[in-house]
Amino acid sequence: MTEPSGVWVYAVSADVAAPSLSELRGVGDEPVRGISAAGLTAIAGDVPLAEFGESALRRNLEDLAWLEATARAHHHVIDALGQRGPLVPMRLATVYANGAGVAAMLDERATDLRAALSRISAHQEWGVKAYAQQSEPGSPAAAEPARSGAARVGPGASYLRRRRDELSAHSQARYDAIASAEAVHIRLSGLAAEARLHPPQAPQLTGIRSQMLLNAAYLLDEERAEEFADAVTALALEHPGVRLELTGPWPPYSFAGLPDRPDHGAGRRREH
Amino acid sequence: MTSGNVVQRGSGAAQVYGSGVGGGHEPANLGDILERVLDKGLVIAGDIRVNLLDIELLTIKLRLVIASLDTARQVGINWWESDPWLSADAARRSDGRELEQENQRLRDRIAALESGGGDHD
Repeated sequence: MTEPSGVWVYAVSADVAAPSLSELRGVGDEPVRGISAAGLTAIAGDVPLAEFGESALRRNLEDLAWLEATARAHHHVIDALGQRGPLVPMRLATVYANGAGVAAMLDERATDLRAALSRISAHQEWGVKAYAQQSEPGSPAAAEPARSGAARVGPGASYLRRRRDELSAHSQARYDAIASAEAVHIRLSGLAAEARLHPPQAPQLTGIRSQMLLNAAYLLDEERAEEFADAVTALALEHPGVRLELTGPWPPYSFAGLPDRPDHGAGRRREH
Repeated sequence: MTSGNVVQRGSGAAQVYGSGVGGGHEPANLGDILERVLDKGLVIAGDIRVNLLDIELLTIKLRLVIASLDTARQVGINWWESDPWLSADAARRSDGRELEQENQRLRDRIAALESGGGDHD
């Protein structure tokens, strides 16, 4: 008796040579295969429903170790194939009952998929984060103020004044850092074909204590990668109040959906 | 090329952040991967179950399932809960009515989780 399986889809590409898939293993350690229809190829793998079916997913997604392993495996397949040609990454947990369902999806969404593929062709996603630079507590700037006043007023008032000066220096620094992050985003957006803002990540997740002020993704012509990296370096020098982190190139996850929506619910447009 | 406040993982060539294979590369930050594979990527309805057909529902389920995990909160994977950018994006994507329905589904789901279905950790 074979166990029931479903088809997990990683990405869609214009065309993938079958041999290039054979060495890849997917989320269930299964060999990855191509399913073709309408001149498109879905990168997919057969996975047991006992682990990847709906109820199993609901349970397993609760398990952070499972989630991490699965997310990394999903990403690995997309990343490895993305080096060889444009592809549209699928969201984690896109599971079909069988290959025919995948082929039907390719048929049905062929126009959208081709449009997305041509948009991201020869482009890469780069991530840029900006963190507030942490000012050292008890730094000279913070310790300095209110010296002259201290002679005339009592120690309590002197303390309060010092504290107030510290606080206003702190909020000014914070304000400046936010303005810097905005300036960085505006400049980098100018170099990119498209840009997206992700929510800032929590310090527990990044392991970095300073506050993340910007978490952006940029879709760049691959020819401009170096220019972009140079721009990040220059911006970092220009804006000492923020620390910048550049990651990439990523598969174009953040740009896989429909092109910039005019704001009239386009993101929800789909067949029912 | 180094500068005081740019941290660049790797050289800028392909495979900068690696994928957990191959030597030398620092694996990509889990948060970076999760925000991309869970929250981005092309969404197409799966046909494994009827209730997977509504992909927005699936997305909400994925998020809620994860949000219900205390450890997820502890590591900060709860960006969808309070982030203004995300809420703004959600608002932009939906007209008010859809948003309302979405909220209702969300509340129902939370209620279901809180009433026992989701406390097996």
